[in-house]
Amino acid sequence: MSHERKQRSGDVYDPRTAPYLDSIEVVEVQRGPEPGGLGGAYRAFGETLRGLKTTMSRLIEGPMTIEYPEEKTPVYPRFRGRHKLHRFEDTGLEKCVGCSLCAAACPADCIRVVAAENIPGERVSAGERYAAVYEINLSRCIFCGYCELACPFDAITMGHDYEMADYDRTDLIFTKEMLLSEPIERTPLKAEGE
Amino acid sequence: MPLPLADTQFVEATWIMIAKSIVIFAVIFGILPILTVVERKLIGRFQHRYGPNRVGPFGILQPLADVGKLISKESFRPENAISTLFILGPLLPVLSGVLALAIIPWGDTQMGVGFYGIDVPIGILYFFAVGSIAFYGLLLGGWSSGSKYSLLGAMRSAAQLISYEVSMGLALLGVIMMSGSLSLVSVVHSQGGIWFAVPQFVGFIIFLLAGFAETNRTPFDMPEADAELVQGFMTEYGGMRFGSFLLVEYMEILVVSGIAAAMFLGGWMGPGPSFLDPIWMLIKMLALVLVFIWVRATLPRLRYDQLMTLGWKVLLPLATLNVLVTAVLVVTT
Repeated sequence: MSHERKQRSGDVYDPRTAPYLDSIEVVEVQRGPEPGGLGGAYRAFGETLRGLKTTMSRLIEGPMTIEYPEEKTPVYPRFRGRHKLHRFEDTGLEKCVGCSLCAAACPADCIRVVAAENIPGERVSAGERYAAVYEINLSRCIFCGYCELACPFDAITMGHDYEMADYDRTDLIFTKEMLLSEPIERTPLKAEGE
Repeated sequence: MPLPLADTQFVEATWIMIAKSIVIFAVIFGILPILTVVERKLIGRFQHRYGPNRVGPFGILQPLADVGKLISKESFRPENAISTLFILGPLLPVLSGVLALAIIPWGDTQMGVGFYGIDVPIGILYFFAVGSIAFYGLLLGGWSSGSKYSLLGAMRSAAQLISYEVSMGLALLGVIMMSGSLSLVSVVHSQGGIWFAVPQFVGFIIFLLAGFAETNRTPFDMPEADAELVQGFMTEYGGMRFGSFLLVEYMEILVVSGIAAAMFLGGWMGPGPSFLDPIWMLIKMLALVLVFIWVRATLPRLRYDQLMTLGWKVLLPLATLNVLVTAVLVVTT
């Protein structure tokens, strides 16, 4: 298809009345042969056979679906699933210091933090204070990951778990203990280059 | 040339007839539920998915779950439906399907027992006669529902079935002329040399196409048209009455496949001893059923005018031409 300016013979080109004539976006419509007749019947028969061939090759290729409950889709490393709270691996102290920045950053307002002072001798977190109550209402959470970004201590991160359906709304309010423990079923992670 | 009619002197004992009918009934009604699940699984495979595989091993118990669901539903009836006809609607097609099963030949007469329900003298005409009862069922069911969708679906189905019945009959006429008999058993016998699907290829294709239309299958599932007519004549039906319409669809597929296998694919003919004859017949029937499913997985539904155009302007002239050419060839050779 040529990109030259197209002008029909006899037409006086006026860009105000026919601006499209100047455009290279004028595309000539490809029209198939007229329907009907012997040729049409022949083409319809041929295309039907081609369609049958296509479906048969789908059959031979086999199913491509993932049988979900048995077979889980691996998620990417940066997938934003259920939240996790973390501890320091060496001391076992919680990383969360109860600063409530995550709660402030949360657009869905689903995090509730009540901070308390650490008592020397039975420290809970590494900082001065710790989260006495840390709850995430997962039925409101939109999994945006802002809490993860706001946290100055990397205490909260988004995990990979996405199976959080439940029968009761109150069961979707995850407490600190639930968020600190490992998820019961691990979601498979995509391998490098997958 | 054999007699144009079946051997009317051949009579069997009553108890043999009863035993035969029970066996045919049991076999066909054993296949039907399996057919529903096989169709769904195959259509799944045609679309890169698995199909039902939850109930039982490989989903084989799916029909039990389906029927259990349908039976446990209330058999309701719309307020402005006509009661008697509404109940009669799903029953007539069942009757027609079961009656048509009788003439499918499963084998020759062996040890004084004919391996077929009946070998009626009028043979294939019987198939057309009882097959036509089915669409009284659809028509009555659609009309008595008192719903515009049902009525539209019923009207469409009536128009479609009438249009394609003609081509179907003409397509079989070629075979009847070549074999010189109406009886299905002698039609199969005359295919000892070559299956009629080869010399009557056009007839075979026309018969299959008309068969799709007669059984309301895609691409001719105009009466159902689940996308535009909300199941057509079945709109107001629920529970097992709806289920019997579905059952009949599969039964009609089996019947049409059986007739096509007997008329065009050599019926029970196949290698091996004669007791394998019914097995060969069953294999050919099921192969044709697979074609039905394959076509359903491939083609979209035709528009109403395209359906009529194909029926009257393509298939009917083609079938007539086929009959004409066959007649000339049969007379000259």
